[in-house]
Amino acid sequence: MNNRKWIWLFSAVMILALGGCSKKEEPSATEAGKEAATAPPPIDPATVGEVTGKVLFEGTKPQPQRIVMDDDPACLQKHHGPVFAEDGAVNDNGTLSSVFVYVKAGAEKYTIAPPVEPVTLDQDGCMYKPHVLGIMAGQTLRIVSSDDTTHNIHPIPRNNREWNMSQPSGSPPIEQKFVRPEIMILAKCNNHAWMRAWIGVTSNLFFAVTGSDGTFTLKGLPPGDYTIEAWTATFGTQEQKVTVGAKESKTVDFVFRAS
Amino acid sequence: MTEDHHWLHRYATFVAFCTFLLIIAGALVTGHDAGLSVPDWPTSFGTFHMPRMVGGVKFEHGHRMIAGTVGILTILLAIWIWRQDSRRWVRWVGLAAVMAVLAQAALGGITVLFYLPVAISTAHATLGQIFFCTAASLAFFTRADWNWDEPKLEDTSSPSFHLLTTITTGVILLQLILGAVYRHTNEGVIVGDWVRHSTKEAIIAPHVVGACVVTLLVGWVVSTVLMRFGKQPRLLRPALLLGGLLVAQLFLGIGSYFMKMAARSAPQPLPPVVDITTAHVTVGALILVTSLFLTYQARRFVATPKQEMKIASSPHQAIT
Repeated sequence: MNNRKWIWLFSAVMILALGGCSKKEEPSATEAGKEAATAPPPIDPATVGEVTGKVLFEGTKPQPQRIVMDDDPACLQKHHGPVFAEDGAVNDNGTLSSVFVYVKAGAEKYTIAPPVEPVTLDQDGCMYKPHVLGIMAGQTLRIVSSDDTTHNIHPIPRNNREWNMSQPSGSPPIEQKFVRPEIMILAKCNNHAWMRAWIGVTSNLFFAVTGSDGTFTLKGLPPGDYTIEAWTATFGTQEQKVTVGAKESKTVDFVFRAS
Repeated sequence: MTEDHHWLHRYATFVAFCTFLLIIAGALVTGHDAGLSVPDWPTSFGTFHMPRMVGGVKFEHGHRMIAGTVGILTILLAIWIWRQDSRRWVRWVGLAAVMAVLAQAALGGITVLFYLPVAISTAHATLGQIFFCTAASLAFFTRADWNWDEPKLEDTSSPSFHLLTTITTGVILLQLILGAVYRHTNEGVIVGDWVRHSTKEAIIAPHVVGACVVTLLVGWVVSTVLMRFGKQPRLLRPALLLGGLLVAQLFLGIGSYFMKMAARSAPQPLPPVVDITTAHVTVGALILVTSLFLTYQARRFVATPKQEMKIASSPHQAIT
């Protein structure tokens, strides 16, 4: 084999190797074909049940962490009192808000198309609203800004494509998608270092985020056995197993303790 | 130095000082977690116009502005040296400084465009220190009294003082690299990435071991100077400065670690933590340059075993 042939062979191997190393963003045609061959069972709306519950906190409440926004007057002017970090905050009724509760296992056999409607993440008063949100893989995340300042949005995924985009005041919404399920993706604004959002990307629509009353509801669950996980930014995660019968409503409570 | 270019030396010292300010500005960017507040490069938000200097932009764009200024100053310094300094090797050091500042700009751009990968950010921090050494070296070399052929002190120790100072400078640089690895891995944790807590402790270990090795080496260097070359102020002064900076650096390092741990759950970088970690980075740079200067002084004022043989056979080279 002469030198030129060696160079061609080396180039071909390198191209193949690089192709193999690159992260695939979309499922391959072969994978899609396999999925089509084993059709998922349909969800019968007449039989679906739900899981409801509460996320409680026991122990000494962590001290609220005050956010200092002095660096940017545009942030300060939107607030009329002290602002505290949402991670680690305990509600007055002893429950936890901003807990992402989702079906971790048991729903894999159902194929659910991502909704056409986007999930909106707003930047208001230099805080992400909502602070914790759920979205289906492939669903559009629409990022808007209600602030008179420039933000950058920088999600730091481990299993999806990382990106970092700036959004000056008055600019059009940014629309992005996460194509793979991932619990959780931290999104930051490096311009305002306190700004953090947590994004739960799931393969189904069985998720909820607790509010100021600490409750959640997972609706539309087909009958079956499920593992439910509650994720918090500060106190870790917990999971519980539950069996949901036809049209049944089950209650699952989680109790987190001060670490 | 045979030629007296007083203003050239002053200008080179000014460039070295600006480079020191640039290191402080870079440390503030990392400390405030502001490295990605301007997502594009070389433009800022798509233009070369001054953006609104608030929040993280103030630190990131400020760092870019100082870096651009230092880049231009370095190119002018290299041109000045090339035109006025007849020593070919000094001209090449000037050219190396230009290459280093251009490479440093490229690394800064790459680390922004690739979202601060630890390897690139560490390389950026390391090259920053090397560039500071190069700029400081040009300031030393353009001094009116700079001469490698000074009368030399006898050195019969093993390892030689030359080798000891060279190794110490090399180990200090290595220690700064280990610190940069920790810092650029750790910043993600302090802003809330709790997932990485377990790996963080493992990353600090080499830096702590490095601090012990540097302490031993600097102690060895300082004690050697005190015991053997204490009467030569050109060795004694930088050695004492090196020892003093090291003591300060150890306190700053320990303080930085415990303050960072205490502020781990804080929603944003806290000013005292940013201040102490920035001081830790900048004193580290001063230690490196001081050790490099002492290495040069050792070459100027202490004989190698080879040179001693020459000195012994040459009565004209008086040992002071």
